[in-house]
Amino acid sequence: MATYRSIRDYDWVLLIVAFAICAVGVLQIFSATLDTPWRDAWWKQVMWIGLGVLLMWFSASIDYHTLLARVPWLYALSILGLVSTFIIGRRAYGSQRWIGVAGVRLQVSEFVKLVIILLVARYLSDLKTERLEPRDLLKLGGLIALPMLLVVKQPDLGTALTYLPILVVGVFLAGLKWQHAVILVASIALILPAGYYVLRDYQKERLLSFLDPSRDPRGSGYQVIQSEIAVGAGGIWGQGVTRGTQTQLRFLPVPHTDFIFSAFAEEHGFVGVVVVMGLYFLLLMQIVQNAQTAPDRAGLYICMGIGALLLFHLLVNVGMVVGRMPVTGIPLPLMSSGGSNILSVFMMLGLVNNVRLRRFVN
Amino acid sequence: MTPIGEREPESVHEHRPLRPETNFASAKIAIFQYAAVGVFVLLVARFWDLQVKNPGVYQERAEQNRIRAIPVPAPRGRILDRDGRIIVDNHSSYTLLLNRENLKTAHLKEIADGLDLDYDQLVARLEKFKRRPSYEPVVIKEELTPQELEFVDSHRDPGTFPELMLIKAQRRLYPRDGLGAHAIGYVGEVSEAELDSPDFAKYEQGEIIGKDGLERQYNDTLMGVDGQRRVVVDNMGREREVLDDKPAVPGHDLQTTLDLDLQVVAELGLGDREGAVVALDPRTGEVLAMVSKPEFDPNMFSARIKTKDWSALVQNPDKPLLNRAIQAQLAPGSTFKPLMAMAGLETGVIDDGFRVHCSGGASFYGRWFKCWQKHGHGEVDVHRGIVQSCDVFFYTVGNKLGIDRIAQYAEMAGLGHKTGVDLPHEADGIMPSTRWVMRNYHRKWYAGETISVSIGQGAVAVTPLQLASAIGGIVEGGVWKTPHLVRDPMHAVAFRKGDLKPENVAQVIAGMYGVVNEGGTGGSARLPGIAVCGKTGSAQVASNELVKSLKGSKLAGSLKDNGWFVGFAPRDNPEIVVVALVQGGMHGTVAAPIVRDVLKAYFDKRARQMQPLPELAWMRVPAPAPPAAPRKPEPATPPAEADMEDH
Repeated sequence: MATYRSIRDYDWVLLIVAFAICAVGVLQIFSATLDTPWRDAWWKQVMWIGLGVLLMWFSASIDYHTLLARVPWLYALSILGLVSTFIIGRRAYGSQRWIGVAGVRLQVSEFVKLVIILLVARYLSDLKTERLEPRDLLKLGGLIALPMLLVVKQPDLGTALTYLPILVVGVFLAGLKWQHAVILVASIALILPAGYYVLRDYQKERLLSFLDPSRDPRGSGYQVIQSEIAVGAGGIWGQGVTRGTQTQLRFLPVPHTDFIFSAFAEEHGFVGVVVVMGLYFLLLMQIVQNAQTAPDRAGLYICMGIGALLLFHLLVNVGMVVGRMPVTGIPLPLMSSGGSNILSVFMMLGLVNNVRLRRFVN
Repeated sequence: MTPIGEREPESVHEHRPLRPETNFASAKIAIFQYAAVGVFVLLVARFWDLQVKNPGVYQERAEQNRIRAIPVPAPRGRILDRDGRIIVDNHSSYTLLLNRENLKTAHLKEIADGLDLDYDQLVARLEKFKRRPSYEPVVIKEELTPQELEFVDSHRDPGTFPELMLIKAQRRLYPRDGLGAHAIGYVGEVSEAELDSPDFAKYEQGEIIGKDGLERQYNDTLMGVDGQRRVVVDNMGREREVLDDKPAVPGHDLQTTLDLDLQVVAELGLGDREGAVVALDPRTGEVLAMVSKPEFDPNMFSARIKTKDWSALVQNPDKPLLNRAIQAQLAPGSTFKPLMAMAGLETGVIDDGFRVHCSGGASFYGRWFKCWQKHGHGEVDVHRGIVQSCDVFFYTVGNKLGIDRIAQYAEMAGLGHKTGVDLPHEADGIMPSTRWVMRNYHRKWYAGETISVSIGQGAVAVTPLQLASAIGGIVEGGVWKTPHLVRDPMHAVAFRKGDLKPENVAQVIAGMYGVVNEGGTGGSARLPGIAVCGKTGSAQVASNELVKSLKGSKLAGSLKDNGWFVGFAPRDNPEIVVVALVQGGMHGTVAAPIVRDVLKAYFDKRARQMQPLPELAWMRVPAPAPPAAPRKPEPATPPAEADMEDH
């Protein structure tokens, strides 16, 4: 079929849902940044979305098999990019994770996600064994651990953690002996308390104040409490656009980026929350459906990796907004204001479509 | 297989959903889908909890976040002198409050450190306010210094101490160096103990009230009604919108009868010596000056006084908080003698022709009583008795009168009772009598005790104000006006009238004129052109009560003789009576110059006021009252020119 790459074959349900979420996001950014120095953030967001659509088309066009073949190069480029943030990176909000490209600041670790997705897909699809051997697991784990450590070092624990679900879901799909799974879980359980000691003070603080928000109400505990107040004050129908006092009087921290869903929940209430959560669910299930119809293992791993990553983002970000997850500072995909995340998510959607466009090949 | 109502595009259905190569994962993908459903259900359930189950709770917390009740403290009224000059003013300062609604106890330590507050006191203070509704903020520091302001400003943000609230308040500004401190008193926050007493029941925790002196006596006049503003604030505590505004009602100004000119002269006259000065207009009972030394600085109280400063004041052996003018109860010594003469003449025990021979002492009831003049005064009549302050003469008079007749006249003059001055904590003084010893000591009066009382020693004890009032009433011909520092425009001044014969009054006045002008003991009070009358006194011991209260302090010093001088002028139609007490001053001659200076200041000022500008001479009577002093009293009698050119 010569027309398999026609524009009609894109997953339009997926795209319409994604654009709907983006629109809600832009509206909320507009409302949350009214009368603040970020008041033009909504317009910037629109521009980012436009650029994202372009990149989506781009990443859907190149056959993902070609991309998979370039994984070693892409991986090397990622490591180089992450290392370069330490050298030429911009420092902001106490961490060094941005590099300037053509006058805009891009967060390298956001784009590394795509490489990780491709890396996992290639590595696991190359395996011909029924189950994953521990040796392969260690190798793959090591390959992901390197960029993770670099990102943790920036320091940006939140983004580093988003690489994990890609690996976890990939390994889960590839098949793991349950004994190995037990050993894996047990060793992680042992490493976690030890890991507590290598955390930075502010990270410990966040973790502790997540466990007990009233413990430190001036730091992240304060953010969680204010966020819960904002969500609760929204009620069933919400306070109305630009009418949420928690958002407008800035009791809510960063209401256009990490806590955008809190601002949204305050101004649109439970009804709005259910609608947007429904959209996210639709988005996720559409991605999963594309995994199910993928032409090969690699395509399936790519789609599932993206699904796992987005689910993790949702769980951690929305969970943080309602006080069920620690404050990690990871954005809500497609809604939070910020270029790098928008671009990387649209590129992921591009990959999903890439897989979809090539499902009739064989 | 495809769960949760997933709709697949038509085109997809034409093909098998799963290919052989990807078949292996179908069950696991389903597990992933169920996990995703689980995540969404958990998150939405949490939103249900927060938004639907009890949104009221969070809406209220959001309201608390943004609405803040800010107290608007009412400025107290100013305190003015008789000419309308400001004695006590207010100045703006910053007061720091703690909003208890979003207070975190963990912050208190850092806040206390940053603002130089005692942590335990701060905690105790918040504990005190537990009973008050939590939307009322608590004042934790007043009169913030620029450094403290900076600390507050840089820590008020929501990330640090959002509970800090800064308001502008009018604080008390008292004269420096404690001028008039005892009469004016001071303000402070109503204490726990006071709140429990019925007098203070109308006040509320945290209110600033008058604690002593005029501030306390006229608190209701001076104190305003605090207002309140409810405002919308943002997360930086900045006001965005005013919801409602109940303005503060300022307190009323209080015009006193004090004359700053005389007050300053009296303060300077006493200097660093322990004692008191009282100047009184005997015609009206108006107090023109009231000094007590050592003084304290009421400004220390105007901000919240620190415990260490307070204990330093209370434990100071010199008792700076004691208003000696109305609270020191001391033997009047020889200043009691004019009263004795009055009693003797009125009862007819003595008359013009009565003579006593003084040989430097006399024996009564088997005991030898010395005269202060070792060599004796020789023949002494009542005039010379007063002028030379002859003890033997008054021993004899007292012996003839008996204690109860002495007490009768002394009490008529107001001794042994509060004068009723409009100041809190006035002391009664002591005027002994047979009834008094019976009631207080359950024993009989010994006739020998009368001899000591006759010269103002023994049990008799007076306050400087009592002495001024007593002598002032006598020289006014037996009319004792209640002393006061604020005139009540609604009521005439209360007074007591005694039946004194004018010739006897004239006799006593003549004696006191002689004390100053005829080589008597009070020569240093003489003023050219003004007929000053007076009486010195040196009292050997402090009253038993005071000795007890000063015990352990500079006991030796306090047992030195106290120097008294009571003076008035002019001789005819006296306008002012001044009492000076110098504790440990040994003799009344040290007190006399203080009285002289006050009298001089009074008459100099009056002369200045009487001196008309030439072109305005025709409109001299009535003298226009300065607008700032609507209550300024008109002189009751036109100045007696004759007095002023006399001597």
